[in-house]
Amino acid sequence: MIRFTRVRDLVALAGEKQVPISAIVEQYEIERSQRPAEEIHRTMLDNLQVMREAIASGLTGTEKSASGLVGGDANRLLNRMEKGCTLGSGAMNRAAAYALAVNEVNAAMGRIVACPTAGSCGIVPGVILAVAESLNCSDEQLVAALFTAAGIGIVIAENASISGAKGGCQAECGSAAAMAAGAVVEMAGGTPAQVSHALALALKSTLGVVCDPVAGLVEVPCVKRNAFGAVQALLAADMALADITSVIPADEVIDAMHQIGLLIPKSLRETSEAGLAKTPTALQIEKRLHGKD
Amino acid sequence: MRGVFDIVGPVMIGPSSSHTAGAARLGKMARIILGEPPIEAIIELHGSFAQTYRGHGTDKALVAGLMGFSTEDERIRQAIDIAPESGLKVDFAIVDLGDAHPNTAVLYVTGATGRKVRVVGASVGGGNIIITEIDGYPVELTGEYNTLLTIHQDKPGIISLVTHALSQEGVNIAFMRVSRQERGAQALMIIEADQPISEEALRLVKGIGAVKVALIVPPI
Repeated sequence: MIRFTRVRDLVALAGEKQVPISAIVEQYEIERSQRPAEEIHRTMLDNLQVMREAIASGLTGTEKSASGLVGGDANRLLNRMEKGCTLGSGAMNRAAAYALAVNEVNAAMGRIVACPTAGSCGIVPGVILAVAESLNCSDEQLVAALFTAAGIGIVIAENASISGAKGGCQAECGSAAAMAAGAVVEMAGGTPAQVSHALALALKSTLGVVCDPVAGLVEVPCVKRNAFGAVQALLAADMALADITSVIPADEVIDAMHQIGLLIPKSLRETSEAGLAKTPTALQIEKRLHGKD
Repeated sequence: MRGVFDIVGPVMIGPSSSHTAGAARLGKMARIILGEPPIEAIIELHGSFAQTYRGHGTDKALVAGLMGFSTEDERIRQAIDIAPESGLKVDFAIVDLGDAHPNTAVLYVTGATGRKVRVVGASVGGGNIIITEIDGYPVELTGEYNTLLTIHQDKPGIISLVTHALSQEGVNIAFMRVSRQERGAQALMIIEADQPISEEALRLVKGIGAVKVALIVPPI
């Protein structure tokens, strides 16, 4: 019976059975849900397909969301990338553009996969699909990567939080970045230990990030923050694959994230009562959008 | 512990898993608990639901759920416009429910047969929901399991007749709760099962004299 509550459990089980973390997580789900392996696999493949469609749709989208605050930025970034003018390059840029694309679809009430939440839904697809292009990965490898991501997300959800209202944005975008970093390390052939370091580094890079959404919408700063989260995840993965280690182990970083989340005042945990949500521009936006009530 | 698809999933219409997907599931639950397509609904929103409902499409999602749409149905966006075509009239109101969960909705739903039901539920995050009250009876229904709901006379032996019917059909009970408003009157029972509950099991339960209402709520 596969049991894990911590990242170190996942790493230990993977080592014991000489399989990648994705295999451990997939087995866990089979045992837990009593569903056949093929069905679970199919569900994950369907999720991957929704992610792909969201990226495709978002990259070509030029319309704004109902509020007018977001929309068309994935397309703008992609255009600049295609002209060859960007300062950054390669998978990192693509991951950012794809993450923007998915979140713009989310903001426009399109179809996405919460991963782990709708607010952070762009990061994992952005990163894994950008890297899949660089490494020429198969759907099988992408599906496995999503299982690894899920395992990491389960540990974070059980020990800390994946909800902005409880832990701030570090709990949503930070968690998604950690999930994405671990997933692509596995895709690139990294070890379970490297997966662990990557997720720790990614999560560390987002500690303390608050949730102060403008006008209470999942748009500003959420959409663009998914792009930043994607880039952080990719860098964390590259560091781990270069054998750069996180001084603080993954499980302790998760605990720190939890503690920090509890210390973040409620006004900065998805209540739109402080920070960006209370800037003069945000207040004007709020008046424009909600003033008609 | 959570499952893989609680984290990578659900597939949903954005923008918010709690304020859109969760809302759609609440609406759909209310429809199923009513037991027929609703023709009228009054929905009271409390807390964060009340504050952000327009921007997050919570109102559209609740209406979509009442019409039976899933969380990933792209028609959610136009649900309020589609509703009249489905013969559904919906009104919204803001309410202050004190300490209730910040994403709570109270749905007063009426069907074409005249049947009415009052469902209180909350969207607790990640698209997950919990129904906390049905017609005044406190419940804890998550929509995660195959569920049997009965309203029956509160007297000895009824629960064992119902559970016997289920065990005859090979259904294993995961969670069960019986609640009542006063002794000897009516009671409401929620049984959440590991397996789908067959039509035969439902027929057996409906055949028990003291059972007034019996319906199956599949996983939503």
